[in-house]
Amino acid sequence: MSDVIEIHGLVKDYGSLRAVDGIDLSVHRGEVFAFLGPNGAGKTTTVEILEGLRDRTSGEVRVLGLDPWKDNPKLVPRQGVIPQDFNFFEKITPSEAVAFYAGLFGKKVDVTGLLRRVQLEDKADSWFETLSGGQKQKLGLALALVHAPEVLFLDEPTTGLDPQARRAIWEVIRSLKAEGRTVFLTTHYLEEAEILADRVAIIHRGHIVAMGTPAEIIREHGRRGLLTFHAPAELADYLRGRTDRTVVAHDHAVDVEVRGPEDVLQAVRLATESHIAWESLSTRSDTLEDVFIRLVGQVGESGEEKPAHEGSP
Amino acid sequence: MNPRRVFLNLSVFAKGYIRGRVGLFFGLVFPVILILLFGAIFSNTGNTAVDVYVVNHDHNSYWSQQFLQALNQSHALTLHVVDPSVTNLSTWLSQNDQSTGLVIPAGFEANYLNGTPLRLTVYTNPESAATSGIVQGTVQGVSNQFNLRAYRGTPIINVQNLQVGSQQLRYVDYLIPGLIGFSVLTSPMFAMVNISSEYKKQKLFRQLSLTPLSRGEWLLSTIIWFIVLTLISTLLMVGVGQAAFGAHVTLTPLMLPFLILGPLLFVSLGLLAGTVSKTPESAAVIGNIITFPMMFLSGTFFPVSLFPPWLVTVAHVLPLFYVIDGLNAAMIFGNVGVALTDIAVVGALAIVFFIVSIRAFEWREK
Ligand SMILES: Nc1ncnc2c1ncn2[C@@H]1O[C@H](COP(=O)(O)OP(=O)(O)OP(=O)(O)O)[C@@H](O)[C@H]1O
Ligand SMILES: [Mg+2]
Repeated sequence: MSDVIEIHGLVKDYGSLRAVDGIDLSVHRGEVFAFLGPNGAGKTTTVEILEGLRDRTSGEVRVLGLDPWKDNPKLVPRQGVIPQDFNFFEKITPSEAVAFYAGLFGKKVDVTGLLRRVQLEDKADSWFETLSGGQKQKLGLALALVHAPEVLFLDEPTTGLDPQARRAIWEVIRSLKAEGRTVFLTTHYLEEAEILADRVAIIHRGHIVAMGTPAEIIREHGRRGLLTFHAPAELADYLRGRTDRTVVAHDHAVDVEVRGPEDVLQAVRLATESHIAWESLSTRSDTLEDVFIRLVGQVGESGEEKPAHEGSP
Repeated sequence: MNPRRVFLNLSVFAKGYIRGRVGLFFGLVFPVILILLFGAIFSNTGNTAVDVYVVNHDHNSYWSQQFLQALNQSHALTLHVVDPSVTNLSTWLSQNDQSTGLVIPAGFEANYLNGTPLRLTVYTNPESAATSGIVQGTVQGVSNQFNLRAYRGTPIINVQNLQVGSQQLRYVDYLIPGLIGFSVLTSPMFAMVNISSEYKKQKLFRQLSLTPLSRGEWLLSTIIWFIVLTLISTLLMVGVGQAAFGAHVTLTPLMLPFLILGPLLFVSLGLLAGTVSKTPESAAVIGNIITFPMMFLSGTFFPVSLFPPWLVTVAHVLPLFYVIDGLNAAMIFGNVGVALTDIAVVGALAIVFFIVSIRAFEWREK
């Protein structure tokens, strides 16, 4: 059985700007696939090409074996979409919107049940323009689910939601997976990707820089042992000159890569000699977030870290 | 083309439109306000007595004096005596820039006393509806009184109402087809220019493209909505025009092609204007450039026949001219030939603009 989504050498240019620069990936049936990347990395562009909302410059794209741009009418009933910046008619209520979609798709739908599933039942009869950002987003999800599609494209479905609403949406995504549906989602929340996704791809400047299960990505791109000093950034400068291990400063903390007990002892000795005050000390391994930040090279505002070396994993 | 989807979209579109209120105001209420406003201004409804120029060919007879005195006592008219040597009062009125006159025939008294039917002639200006009504009504009223007094109502004194000048029609008669044309133009044009550019900007077309609704179905349901709106507003305008000003216009099936093809034409044109512009702001500018000249120069507020010749030529290149010309032919003159020609022109334009706009209109981005 072929994969639900197949992309080979996808390129998209906006005028002279190359937003997507030759990406390859495939998503299996029943998988939750998370697309991560900084702002402007090319996530939405890729997803919109998959949804048939945008034509591509070159490359091969197949969704359910069809060309999403040319065969769009055949794919529409089989895919559910939350676009980025979902918007709807100002003076239509969520109940009316769901009933409208159900009618267009020719489906019978339990309107109240669906709105309850996305926690929007108390706003069922308010005009769209009066909903909060998060409530609008929930309607977007409800509309993507109306026709029980095989594959769902969710572009930042939880952005702007409160923690409880975010969990409700995670629940919906889990149940979609349990029903055997395929979910392609983009997110800026790394823990969301770790919790929900079977596989993750990190895209940066139109290139995929890492792909696999979160554990695989950490194994491949992450550092095993990290000794973290809660200390000002000067400590990092001090240490860099005196050890050949990687030293990274971030958020009032300094990470030192350690490969064995002697590395730990050396780091602590150097830190003590520096006479820079440090509050506490902990050891840990890289998380997906650490890997992400290293790969896309964004360490806070200081920009101390160099951008990632481009290339596929 | 799936009728169920067309209907569903029509109902959602209508809900949004009605709840938005602005469109409804400009589509239904505003044209009626214009009728009342223009009707009132031009039918010259004042409280002052109307000047009437009287030629009395039965001078100095007791009963003709009695008759004129009765007219004077109505306080509705101010009588001015014109020398009986004037034989053609209509010409005299035109020469003296007046428009309201009364002729009392020679032998008025003798005929009245004998019971021989006689005829008074009243001249009025068709363009001032209220004035005409006042004069004709007062003369008729006093005549009735005289008939009743002497002959228990047998009509001895008859009133013949004539109009001054060649025009047989009153302004308000022209105003109604003109303003129907106005609403056929403005309500779809302004709405569609706005909708097509705003939907693009607000990504609502993108949202619709994620459903099985096709562009053709969307456009069809929009056109149906504006046809419904046009039919309702036409009935309102004709009703108000007749009730308030006694407009002489006929409701005929011959109007229907204009009320269907007109919205089709202007929905397409509005969509085209919104589609070719990059932003809602530039769409509004393009829309206004198309709409405003048409709004004033197609015979909406004033009959094109009153225009100087060069403006008449301009009017003939405006699509709305053919809608209004055809509505005039159908509703006022009952001229089927002219109406059919205009239907052909409006139909051809509507089809051309419909095809061009649906071709240009794309709701996915490249
Ligand atoms: N319609 C467009 N025209 C021109 N350039 C565009 C257009 N859409 C996106 N871009 C550019 O393409 C690049 C990729 O944008 P894209 O929206 O795909 O990023 P993204 O990964 O979804 O970002 P975000 O996380 O901010 O949503 C950006 O540099 C953006 O400026
Ligand atoms: Mg995006």
